[in-house]
Amino acid sequence: MVAGHAPRLLLRIGGALFTLVVTLSALLLATFALSALSPVDPALRLVGDHASTASYEQARRDLGLGRPWIVQFERYVSHAVRGDLGISSSTGQPVREDLKTVFPATLELATLAMGVSAVVGVAFGLLGARRPGGLADAVIRILSLAGNSIPIFWLGLLSLYLFYAHLHWTGGPGRLDDAYEFTIDRGTGLVLIDAWRSGEPGAFANAIAHLILPVLVLAANGLGNIARMTRTALLNESAREYVTLARAKGAGEARVLLGHILPNAAGTILTVLSLSYARLLEGAVLTETVFAWPGLGRYLTTALFAADIPAILGSTLLIGVCFVILNRCTDLLVRAVDPRTL
Amino acid sequence: MTQRTLLSVRNLSIRLSRPAGERVIVDRLSFAVGAERVALVGESGSGKSLTARGLLGLLRSPLSVSAERLEFEGRDLRAATPSQWAALRGSGIALILQDPRHALNPVLRIGRQIDEVLRIHQRLSSGERRDRTAEMMLAVGLRDPLRIARAFPHELSGGMGQRVMLAMMLVNGPRLLVADEPTSSLDAALRDQVLDLMVSLVEQRRMGLLLISHDLQQVAQYCERVLVMYRGRLVDERRAVDLAASDHPYTKTLWSCRPSGRTYGTQLPVLVREADERAETLS
Amino acid sequence: MSRARLIASTDLLLGAGLLGLALCAAVAAPWLAPFDPLIQDMGQRLSPPTSTHLLGTDGLGRDILSRLIYGTRPTLGLVALVMILTVPIGLTIGILAGYCGGWIERVFMGITDVVMAFPTLVLALAFVGVMGPGLVNSAVALALTGWPAYARLARTETLQMRRSDYLAAAEMQGIVGVRLLWGQVMPACVPSMRIRLALDLAAIILAAAGLSFLGLGIGPPTAEWGAMVADGSKVIFDQWWVAASPGAAILVLSLAFNLLADGLRDAGNRSP
Repeated sequence: MVAGHAPRLLLRIGGALFTLVVTLSALLLATFALSALSPVDPALRLVGDHASTASYEQARRDLGLGRPWIVQFERYVSHAVRGDLGISSSTGQPVREDLKTVFPATLELATLAMGVSAVVGVAFGLLGARRPGGLADAVIRILSLAGNSIPIFWLGLLSLYLFYAHLHWTGGPGRLDDAYEFTIDRGTGLVLIDAWRSGEPGAFANAIAHLILPVLVLAANGLGNIARMTRTALLNESAREYVTLARAKGAGEARVLLGHILPNAAGTILTVLSLSYARLLEGAVLTETVFAWPGLGRYLTTALFAADIPAILGSTLLIGVCFVILNRCTDLLVRAVDPRTL
Repeated sequence: MTQRTLLSVRNLSIRLSRPAGERVIVDRLSFAVGAERVALVGESGSGKSLTARGLLGLLRSPLSVSAERLEFEGRDLRAATPSQWAALRGSGIALILQDPRHALNPVLRIGRQIDEVLRIHQRLSSGERRDRTAEMMLAVGLRDPLRIARAFPHELSGGMGQRVMLAMMLVNGPRLLVADEPTSSLDAALRDQVLDLMVSLVEQRRMGLLLISHDLQQVAQYCERVLVMYRGRLVDERRAVDLAASDHPYTKTLWSCRPSGRTYGTQLPVLVREADERAETLS
Repeated sequence: MSRARLIASTDLLLGAGLLGLALCAAVAAPWLAPFDPLIQDMGQRLSPPTSTHLLGTDGLGRDILSRLIYGTRPTLGLVALVMILTVPIGLTIGILAGYCGGWIERVFMGITDVVMAFPTLVLALAFVGVMGPGLVNSAVALALTGWPAYARLARTETLQMRRSDYLAAAEMQGIVGVRLLWGQVMPACVPSMRIRLALDLAAIILAAAGLSFLGLGIGPPTAEWGAMVADGSKVIFDQWWVAASPGAAILVLSLAFNLLADGLRDAGNRSP
């Protein structure tokens, strides 16, 4: 039985990879187009206003400007694939190095928020499916409407005011208090791990105090949708015949929901979670600005203010790549979970 | 042979409550089933499938069941709590459904689905469960139990799927089997095989069988008594051997409608329905 | 009326009502607003809500309520602009793909799929960041990544129509080409678009607010809600009301569209 599946599986993986490559190429094309269309002259940016004509011309040649655009695109792609995303005009560093510093912070934030979102969201979805029309349903509806209507940067600001400035329950902006900011060795770039390993008393607790608000704000955004779609997926499955048969065997409601309905709804739920994670990465952009979180999002917004084109496009590309990979992998994941399409 | 009565039903009604008002779908059915083979026959829309589910307490709002008497082995089921129902289903009464492609859980392996009944109702070791499952699978004619136990429902043919359902429901030794159109989704050749199997298993275990079907010919062949339903009401009750001699107009028409070599080329009789019935059917 | 229907019609009413309120505010701003939104009064800056300044004043002494009312204009203007850009593009691509079939359909749907996988907000940020801030740039940025959903919907509807005899009958009557697509196919796509549109507009309001929060909107001194929140963020710890009300306005307008979408969807699902 397995032997028969192998060639089909390879074909499917091949197809998914092809789609992935095409999408990523399109993304590269989009960012390249933006850089080409930008009114900012990159050569001028590089050498400065007071440079001589000669050095300006040299810069233009170095950057490959003036060549036909397809050549420029090829140059852009080959650089990007190697990780060379240009030099940031504000930090002066290679964009790649900047990204390496900031990406873990966003990853940490988004992943923790995803965890909270998924657990609470699916739990509510389960409760709502168990008693359609009950209290859990009303809560789901409110959470979902709220999550889709509340501007996340506003929620962040107000929570910061309420829970930090007014109630002093959580830490403030940034990942750590100033006291720890400079004494902790930033090995992994993940503040929780670094704080733990540093052994500094109170550092770990401080890291958590700073994390808790941005994580909750980010999680609150997607929670409602996860709950609502989980509930819908579960209710759709519960109308099927195998559920009747399971009950006919004498299975109690808990067993029916968790042992029969949930495994069948797993594909849909995983899709929802995966797409939610992708959206979280985008939401992090605004949240990081509010909480002064030194992640990819804040790097992007700072670059936007400074019109730092390489940095803007580099971070856009990185977020875009993550987004696309998540979206495409979702399909594969769903197929893997369902034995019918394995 | 004196039979004990397994299922006793008196004036069972099933109602559907809608915003526009309540509608009676099954109207005051009364019958009894012992350790015998009884058929519930009717055309689609007669309410027979709903009755089957109502007998197991599987109907939920907006459908509701009421009865003057609904007893299984002497126990009054009308006020049964959900956990009492759950204890009864799969151990006292069993139900098999029409289409194994939909009635089997697509993401669980067959073996797991079969021994689930044992997990729910009995405390056995996994080895004992495995043995009983394999035994049951052989009894229903599945010749490679170990391989099939590891398979998923979509890998099985219709006939095998139906055998799996039988195994699933009989492995825990229920006393009454309710079969809701068990062969309607199978092709003609398999139908007889599966019915033969069902009947022989039921006989062996001295169980009762309530066979729900729209095929009068089939039930005449396999059952001992036939209950005829029409639009929610029980219109006739006969022994299978007496079906041909029934004087009820509906039964007579159904019986004479069976296509065969003799009727080839002739027009089959049609039931003359009342004008208002016709109007209601069309609306 | 069943509970579900009651909720659905409440949603529609509430959503439409809030939207109507916003439209009124945008149109009648000069008469509704108690103050000129651009007039500064440094003596009154950062004052909390009082009887004169119902929602307080901002860092430059401008009345927040007036700026809130005037702020409906750029928001609704942006929403309308995005709608005008996305829907026709999406419809055209989708209808053509569905009607022509073959390699045209494959290419168009391939492009649609690819763009659908792009991150909307981030690309919009990049676009505006590179091309410069402003209303039109923001609208174009959001439209560039927003059209795929409509293309998909339009193609599905067109395919369904192709399979039915409806189109064949029209063609036999001599209605062909653009007339056919515009007059027969396009109207069929409208119902499913409405819900999608309402949902998208809710998201666009949030995205646009995000853009203007980051300073990529119209720019000072125009009263724009997102920018007002950004202004308020500088004084959040002491004068929190400066950021609170514009954000609430964004919430209310976005909520209006979400309620409309929910109401439309539930109304569509009503059993006859």
